[in-house]
Amino acid sequence: MYVAVKGGEKAIDAAHAWLAEERRGDLSVPELSVAQIREQMSLAVNRVMAEGSLYDPDLAALAIKQARGDLIEAIFLIRAYRTTLQRFGGSNPVDTGEMSCDRRISATFKDAPGGQVLGPTFDYTHRLLDFKLVADGAVDPADERAVETETTPHIMSFLNKEGLIEDDVATDGATPPDLTREPLELPADRSLRLQSLTRADEGFILGMAYSTQRGYARNHAFVAELRVGTCCVEMEIPELGFAIEIGEVEVTECETVNQFQGSKTEPPQFTRGYGLVFGQTERKAISMALVDRALRWAELGEDNVGAPAQDEEFVLYHSDNIQATGFLEHIKLPHYVDFQSELELIRKLRRTPETHMTEAAE
Amino acid sequence: MNEYNFAYLDEQTKRMIRRAILKGLAIPGYQVPFASREMPMPYGWGTGGVQVSAAVLTPEDTFKVIDQGADDTTNAVSIRKFFEKTANVAVTEETGEASVIQTRHRIPEQVLTEDQILVYQVPIPEPLRFLEPSEVETRKMHALEEYGLMHVKLYEDISQHGAIATAYAYPVKIEGRYVMDPSPIPKFDNPKMEMAAIQLFGAGREQRIYALPPYTKVVSLDFEDFPFEASKADQVCGVCGAEDSYLDELITDDEGGRMFVCSDTDYCRTRQGNIT
Repeated sequence: MYVAVKGGEKAIDAAHAWLAEERRGDLSVPELSVAQIREQMSLAVNRVMAEGSLYDPDLAALAIKQARGDLIEAIFLIRAYRTTLQRFGGSNPVDTGEMSCDRRISATFKDAPGGQVLGPTFDYTHRLLDFKLVADGAVDPADERAVETETTPHIMSFLNKEGLIEDDVATDGATPPDLTREPLELPADRSLRLQSLTRADEGFILGMAYSTQRGYARNHAFVAELRVGTCCVEMEIPELGFAIEIGEVEVTECETVNQFQGSKTEPPQFTRGYGLVFGQTERKAISMALVDRALRWAELGEDNVGAPAQDEEFVLYHSDNIQATGFLEHIKLPHYVDFQSELELIRKLRRTPETHMTEAAE
Repeated sequence: MNEYNFAYLDEQTKRMIRRAILKGLAIPGYQVPFASREMPMPYGWGTGGVQVSAAVLTPEDTFKVIDQGADDTTNAVSIRKFFEKTANVAVTEETGEASVIQTRHRIPEQVLTEDQILVYQVPIPEPLRFLEPSEVETRKMHALEEYGLMHVKLYEDISQHGAIATAYAYPVKIEGRYVMDPSPIPKFDNPKMEMAAIQLFGAGREQRIYALPPYTKVVSLDFEDFPFEASKADQVCGVCGAEDSYLDELITDDEGGRMFVCSDTDYCRTRQGNIT
């Protein structure tokens, strides 16, 4: 006699217990602390903060620990937490021109006021495994120099005297729409697109940006400036009547200039793409700038060549890794009922193919 | 972060969802955009249904969750536990006892009453999606009542296969106006949608809510010469002997031996109780 399978609840509890054990790993190996992750896995922490849309290195490190290093799972934990937080206001726009830069490079001008500052980058390392780190991670202190007190101006701001680069698009000062509080409705304006791109999956945006470089809506990007550093966040406090600093965030900003032959509506000039992402997240910021530029085809009067990176709906609807991974992985859930109905259908279609075919044709 | 609001969501969010539900009830079958939240379970695992349930549950409610018709499938257990924990509501497996039933892929066999709300989890709310991938376009098509494409698809099915090759998520027309996706229920369940209970549909990832007020007219799309047929396996339940319920097919041995049992576990268990 058949007895229906019961015990989903017990199975879930047992699975969770096993998961916790696996997360901890071999007990003879010391446990990772959240502080260790925050300090020594900082680029992972940055990615989790950027795509989780929550600037909190400690919580991001905790999420990475809990997620066993699965960054998309960690991003999910952060998103699910952030959505419960009360929103008590919005900050003033952050002035990246006032950024205290750790790194600032330009690929378009050999030298510019403020100079080229490499900062902590993998760029010119040789990718050779450093076996010394297996035994000993001790590092000699790096050289230091006095802190720059002058702010580093944006390269584009003072090299556009000739007017060859598209003017920065002026905003009307209106509060931009909030992707996390309003459903995404298309067409999206640029601020909404940028919001979506900055929290988008790094791999997806990288792939989209790369596709533009390989000729799918190629937009010939140069990195005019890439800067990484900390910015103050200020907020108007109604009771005080003025803005006060409430903290600082590390961000990566990328401005590209893109070759542009001109269109019916715009003269030949360099156009811009923009990327801004929490933390040191250069790959993402550059990718974002390229995709931003590709999505601006309509506003610049370019042709839509049908490339994926030009398709706002395609990019915005598929770039969120939490949505994507959830829906992708849901196919692990039981589909007995739909499968059963398909099974019946296939049986039926196979049983009487010819008779129906002739009937339908008549 | 130990303290969560009743049924997890904050009151502002619930209010936003309730507004979407009311709008959905006012325009049956119309997909209302809503600012879906990240829930502590993945998108695609019932976040739309969970948000709708969270918005309609009150402390006095009795809650039931089914997945594939069963109360004890893992995701149904997970969602039921979530509301036990965050809303502390009474839960039940008995269809008749529940005031709110959240479901994935089935409508209970037992006829629902005016005192009940049925909440569907919806993966892809747009019935036209696989005919037209762009949301901008499909919204236009609904606005203009431009459903020719769907009829062409059904016609092509018949000309190629001799039957409409849609077995679940079979499209329906609501009160002669909107074509609606009934969620991936088997087409066997479609006729049950004209019911006394309120039906609410939540698609979290796609940020859409839609609804059917009680006794709304729901017509499964078909042609005069190829009428809609609510089909199921031509078998009876191997456990309770039911002839009128939707059946799951089970492989019972290495030789491919099979048996059929009710997918609605509560229905099957109740019948077994009545038999003994």
